[in-house]
Amino acid sequence: MSTAQWLGLLTGIGFGFLLQKGRVLRFDKQLGAMLLKDMTIIKFMLSAILVGMIGVIALSSAGIIALAHKPMNVGAILLGGALFGGGWAIMGFCPGTSVGALGEGRWHAIFAIAGMIAGAALYAELYPFLKATVLAWADYGKIGLPDVLGISPWAIVIAFWAGSIPLFVWFEKKGL
Amino acid sequence: MKLESKDGGWSPYLAGGLVGILAVVSAYATTILMGKTNFLGASTTFVRAAGFIEKLFAESHVASNLYFIKEKVALDWQFLLIIGIFIGALIASLADRSFKLESVPPAWAERFGPSVGKRAIGAFLGGIVAMFGARLADGCPSGHGLSGLMQLSVSGIVALCLFFGIGMLVAHLVYRRKS
Repeated sequence: MSTAQWLGLLTGIGFGFLLQKGRVLRFDKQLGAMLLKDMTIIKFMLSAILVGMIGVIALSSAGIIALAHKPMNVGAILLGGALFGGGWAIMGFCPGTSVGALGEGRWHAIFAIAGMIAGAALYAELYPFLKATVLAWADYGKIGLPDVLGISPWAIVIAFWAGSIPLFVWFEKKGL
Repeated sequence: MKLESKDGGWSPYLAGGLVGILAVVSAYATTILMGKTNFLGASTTFVRAAGFIEKLFAESHVASNLYFIKEKVALDWQFLLIIGIFIGALIASLADRSFKLESVPPAWAERFGPSVGKRAIGAFLGGIVAMFGARLADGCPSGHGLSGLMQLSVSGIVALCLFFGIGMLVAHLVYRRKS
């Protein structure tokens, strides 16, 4: 195995371990968030984002790592985001958690994984058509919020923290 | 704030925060060791998996497909990351005895009954739609949600809002009827 493969494997083991310990792999947790009954995955994701953004912004500001924004392609993000949301609600797993759910014995995740592989194959077949249509509508490129707003990334980091902490307090108060 | 849940799990704040640290360490390590900053993501691997399977039946078709050429059908860093997620979840669940063979998720059974067939069809069709959407949007809750927001990407913020917004809408329509 190459260095990249080893690195991916070890990072994945850590990621899978933490996803499982946070109890976010389960169908019931994912659905619980969408039904606004159980905010476990929202707490988990927001915590990861809040901590991660400090390191990512610090390292990129120092020129140590490069940011890799995904393009703000309007048709792709809007249509793709909506389709993903709809499919996610029925499936009850996202791509990363499906394999983790399989790891903790929820073997029915195999049907979701098979469906997602089929969906990826379908996308590959329709790619030339989509490239000429949806993907060609409007593309703002690889943009970050600090560039759009013309402010320091740290101001946004602070705003994210300031907005999330009261939300967490509210979740705990409501027992969500 | 409790750091441990009743069944031996960790607080989602703790486990999530550690994922944040892991994401930063991973971004740094991939930059140093691979020469290119990689952020956590999952959905492109499903394209590669589809490519590997299709290769068994139609090698030339895969070789000439524009999307497979673009994403490269290979066992790359992210593919191993996905295999790692499986292994990590297996280790964690065996270690704290939360590993459980489950054929139908409880919340699904509450709405649609204990039929494995029904669950299989729902998960398969949902999977097709979700992955088609993820590939169109160029990311999933890992790539757009976690990695996109950590970088303050405009696309990540819009995508994550749509994932949850439409997810909530469909979940309410589909699962709320009986209860």
